[in-house]
Amino acid sequence: MNLRPATLAQIDEVITHYPVKRSAVLPLLHLIQEEAGYISNEAIEWVAQKLELQPINVYEVVTFYPMFRQKPIGRRHIKVCRTLSCALTGSYQVCEQFQKEFGCAPGEISPDGEATVEFVECLASCGTGPVVMIDDDLHEKVDCARARELSDQIKAAARARPQP
Amino acid sequence: MPAPQQRRLIFAHIDEPGYTRDLACYRKHGGYEVMKRAFARPPAELIDEVKKSGLRGRGGAGFSCGLKWTLVDRKSGKPIYLIVNADESEPGTFKDRYILHQDPHQLLEGMMITCWANNVQQAYIYIRGEMPHGARILETAIAEARAANLCGPNILGTNYSCEIYVHRGAGAYICGEETGLIESLEGKRPYPRIKPPYFPAVLGLYQCPTIVNNVETLCHVKHIADMGGDAYAQIGTPNNTGTRLLCVSGHVRRPGYYEFEVGKITMGQLLNEVCGGPLPGRTFKAVIPGGSSAKVLRFGEKFKIKQKDGSVVELGVEDLPMDFDTLAAAGTMGGSGGVIVMDDSTDMVAALANINAFYAHESCGQCTPCREGSLWMKKISSRMVHGEARPEDGELIRTVADQIAGRTICAFGEACSWPTQSFVAKFGEEFKGYASAPKSTGSMPLV
Ligand SMILES: Cc1cc2nc3c(=O)[nH]c(=O)nc-3n(C[C@H](O)[C@H](O)[C@H](O)COP(=O)(O)O)c2cc1C
Ligand code: SF4
Ligand code: FES
Repeated sequence: MNLRPATLAQIDEVITHYPVKRSAVLPLLHLIQEEAGYISNEAIEWVAQKLELQPINVYEVVTFYPMFRQKPIGRRHIKVCRTLSCALTGSYQVCEQFQKEFGCAPGEISPDGEATVEFVECLASCGTGPVVMIDDDLHEKVDCARARELSDQIKAAARARPQP
Repeated sequence: MPAPQQRRLIFAHIDEPGYTRDLACYRKHGGYEVMKRAFARPPAELIDEVKKSGLRGRGGAGFSCGLKWTLVDRKSGKPIYLIVNADESEPGTFKDRYILHQDPHQLLEGMMITCWANNVQQAYIYIRGEMPHGARILETAIAEARAANLCGPNILGTNYSCEIYVHRGAGAYICGEETGLIESLEGKRPYPRIKPPYFPAVLGLYQCPTIVNNVETLCHVKHIADMGGDAYAQIGTPNNTGTRLLCVSGHVRRPGYYEFEVGKITMGQLLNEVCGGPLPGRTFKAVIPGGSSAKVLRFGEKFKIKQKDGSVVELGVEDLPMDFDTLAAAGTMGGSGGVIVMDDSTDMVAALANINAFYAHESCGQCTPCREGSLWMKKISSRMVHGEARPEDGELIRTVADQIAGRTICAFGEACSWPTQSFVAKFGEEFKGYASAPKSTGSMPLV
């Protein structure tokens, strides 16, 4: 496991928050996913060793919680709220719009690698639906026109990025 | 009757121009003064104030906060933990979000008073994974408070120490259930624990006595410590004291978050006046008053509600005061304060199918009736919407729901059955005639 020194330092610090090491499973997985993009088998074994657990103890956590993933996703993660209040205000159409913009099916990486679009359950902002999270940021009252705008911004940022 | 004015205790500074979430601003508005006074009082006195206040939990169950604290096992010799439930995952609920993002020190002050009152030396804030900014804001606020000696070692020069840490969830609704939350905080799958014996007050985090309270509940504690339990109990209505944050979403002109004295505003005043009524050209059809788990109410139905003096009055949905007891008497609940409104454009079968998809996705899978039942309710209701409805389907899912509630480890069993039971009971004709009925126009796809 190749983690940045800063991440390793955060990992060692967060373990001290708990009287029982095992409690640090979720924080460690978050830190690793933030750096690596997903949780690999190697990461599962590394966390298990770090916290003196069996790999299965970590694996069963990774497979249960919706936010942890075992495969890479697109550069930007677009999560559209599917639950009732947002659906009542149009989230199904918004999700479809994003998929059309990036040409991908739910949960898949777009052909250009730029985005993964998926439905998630209630994001606790039901009064300003439909709501969408793009990476860490919440976007409120996103109708189809706004979905197009947000998609255009993502695509423009991609074009502006220096090509490797 | 015109709607009463909002009474903003918890949301006093939410959205206030110029109000910032840093310690300096909080202090400028009198922040941590209540805590200082509380720390000069014996803990038992503070517990008494909370008991006198009549405060009921704002996380969903409406359980007496004072009683919860009294049940804590203080003789075990084990440490006592406080966990703040900031999972805010009940669909329709979006109130704790604003406290966490805009006024984190209010929560911290409420927490510290609670910790002092209950001799807690280690507290955790369990915040849902989808609020990464909220988690960072809390961490900054804790660091500020710690640097100012308001938490951490030897608080305010006393020999009392208490640390607060933030713990992030990872997208699972069941982590809002307090024993599932505890398992999650222990680093495991959030499988709820069976009660008895695992009452958090006795066998909670690491098998130690643990208090789990909602974010809003703990903010109320600060105001109770400030004004005293008796004064607080004068706000609201008897047995339904204080103010309450109400979150309105769905088909109204002005959805949003509002704070009113409990029981002083009716559903009709809230929806028609405060929220501006139905969308143009529409009428209200149904409302879920306390988060998606609460039973739906149908506009036009009448409830026989027993009054305090023993007399019985007949009330319509619009006449129901928004308090715990009246909503329970109307067969539903105040729950988490999430009011979800549906107008006459709404296809009730599709709305139920949407809710059922949520519960099927979120069941933790431990109990067979819940795991299988929630899935079948989803499958059958979605099949109905997707062109294969049979007249008996409504009754079929109702029998599935009837076999879940009361037969599971945690209250998710009830939470996932109540929508189906109430939708089918109240909109049975829509379910029966679904195959042949023309679909309502202008409605949004819900599944
Ligand atoms: C399925 C389920 C989900 C829940 N989700 C939440 C939640 O997101 N936030 C919350 O505060 N309480 C939630 N609760 C209620 C908690 O179990 C617990 O009663 C509450 O946190 C206690 O705090 P209070 O007494 O201050 O309300 C949930 C309960 C169940 C059964
Ligand atoms: S009722 Fe459902 S959510 Fe609760 S423990 Fe059982 S399977 Fe899990
Ligand atoms: S239903 Fe979409 S944020 Fe709650």
